[in-house]
Amino acid sequence: MHSASRFLTLSVVALVALGACKRKPPAVAAQPPQQTPVSNPTPAPAPPVETCDAACREREANARTAAVASATAALTATIYFHYDASDITDDSRVKLDAKVPVMSQNGTVRIRIAGHTDSRGSDEYNLALGQRRAAAAKRYLTDRGIDGSRIEIVSFGEERPTCTEEEESCFSRNRRDEFEITAGQITAGQTTSR
Amino acid sequence: MIRLPHAALFVVATTIASLTPLARAVAQNPPPEAVVIGLRYDPGTKPGVLVLRVAGSSGDSIRAILQRDFDYGDRVNVIAPDETGIPDTPTAGRNGNYPLYARLGAHALVQATPTATGLHVAVHNVADAKVARVKDFTLDGAPNSREWRMSLHAISDELETWIHGVRGAAATRIAYVQGVRGSRLYVIDSDGAFPTAVGDDVGALSPAWHPKGTHIAYSVLGARGCCQITIFDFASGTSRQIPAVGMGLNTTPVFSPEGSVIVYTHGEDNGTDLFATTVFERGPARRITVGRGTDNTSPTFSPDGRRLAFTTGRLGHPEIYISDADGTNAQLLTSFNFGDQNYRSSPDWSPDGRLIAFQALQKDGQFQLNTISLRDKSVKQLTSDGSNEEASWAPDSRHLIFSSTRTGSKQLFVLDTESGRWRQLTRNGGVRLPAWSPPLKR
Repeated sequence: MHSASRFLTLSVVALVALGACKRKPPAVAAQPPQQTPVSNPTPAPAPPVETCDAACREREANARTAAVASATAALTATIYFHYDASDITDDSRVKLDAKVPVMSQNGTVRIRIAGHTDSRGSDEYNLALGQRRAAAAKRYLTDRGIDGSRIEIVSFGEERPTCTEEEESCFSRNRRDEFEITAGQITAGQTTSR
Repeated sequence: MIRLPHAALFVVATTIASLTPLARAVAQNPPPEAVVIGLRYDPGTKPGVLVLRVAGSSGDSIRAILQRDFDYGDRVNVIAPDETGIPDTPTAGRNGNYPLYARLGAHALVQATPTATGLHVAVHNVADAKVARVKDFTLDGAPNSREWRMSLHAISDELETWIHGVRGAAATRIAYVQGVRGSRLYVIDSDGAFPTAVGDDVGALSPAWHPKGTHIAYSVLGARGCCQITIFDFASGTSRQIPAVGMGLNTTPVFSPEGSVIVYTHGEDNGTDLFATTVFERGPARRITVGRGTDNTSPTFSPDGRRLAFTTGRLGHPEIYISDADGTNAQLLTSFNFGDQNYRSSPDWSPDGRLIAFQALQKDGQFQLNTISLRDKSVKQLTSDGSNEEASWAPDSRHLIFSSTRTGSKQLFVLDTESGRWRQLTRNGGVRLPAWSPPLKR
């Protein structure tokens, strides 16, 4: 929930920033440079041309960068699971919902979902459980129109923990799906245009 | 720690004190440790065996290894009295010394004599006061080398057959992996000697022995996830992947008892199922289980190759199922009560076919080892200290190798399932997923 909110906030900020850039050109046209010769009569003023100075371009670039970053963050946000379960939780559903537009608007992007487990349970069964968790996230995305051939799933079982303390706060951080972009690129325009 | 019944102490002391001056000297010493162990482990059913001193520069090593193999076998009492005055050569007749050995608790004497190529061994029947059996054995390699010790273990195993009718399991090794990130494959002798890395694969998991001990199959976890099935060939020292195994999750390989087929877990988008393919010839992968999106893993064959036991989550939690080798007639093996911590996994079928060992999660969050009888489904819990997992049977169908946290970090231990006696095999942390080999030398 938290990451998804941040993603939406960043997207809004990016859109506002780009919008601010586009509002500036009319102001520039209304105040022509003072050095314009007055002896040569000039034709009627041309309609306002949208121009963008260096600061504007920088803001625009920054906005695009921020949009890419927020889209990337949304797509690679980790989701978590309950003990010995592969059901998608409400929190995970929000995060997965945020990945759908990123995938659908960036058609060249491919991802790998890696399922992980906590250290409890059989090492061997946990490899299968990790696979099931990765498959559950893939199914959620493909059910919402994402081409399954763009999503690879793998399992690490309990072999790649993020922490090793034998307590629930650590167990819950290890029961997860990680998302990695394996091909393609997220572009800001596509991301901010939605 | 171990208390002898007062009556037993009285009988032993009185009997020994009435013997020769030598025996009187023995009686003045505290009871020898091996005899104490014997009394603890039901001496009425276990013959006492005394290994006589062995001549030659390697004699002490030979004697120590034979004694330790017999002790680890848990089927005999190793008689190891105070050395002083114990004759090295049994003599029969009116003034013979067999009665002395009998008074020390020995039913059999093992007399080993070094030869140019190995050992000449005579086993004496103390009650009959004569040699019961002799044989010349060959010892491979230099004294105390890996091969030499394995030859000696094979002698121990055969001598156990002579003495009590059941072959020992000393001439075996245990495969395991060590390390969490980047685990490597190792083998170690059954007595804990020579832990040795096998192959170069990083990320090795779930080793399984070929029934002839010539290969080990295992899965390799790569940087991009789990796993490919790999076969290591001891003869060539090389490993190769099984071509028929597709992309995706490939774990828990196990050889069929005749050694030509491998059954393994393969997972894609729709759950993990058991598949089979040929090992040494190119062949297709054949699906065995139809789990319909559930997890099916950790297969183990019955000794006749006709049945499989495996872990499955088709009930919503891991349980042990049993099926025909082609996957048909699958049925729940381990019963459970609703409300239990329902998590039973990692089955291993005993070589004699009678039992399946498995691990069950307890309410305290620890795994404990159990066996279930194939005859009446009776369950016996074997462990209680620490978390105990990943049991694998020895060829004698009596001992189990398993990983345990009972002494702190995860280590491998050997458990005698009949007496409950256990010993620690490894001393390095992060050791797990053991697999006991078949006999490697006869």
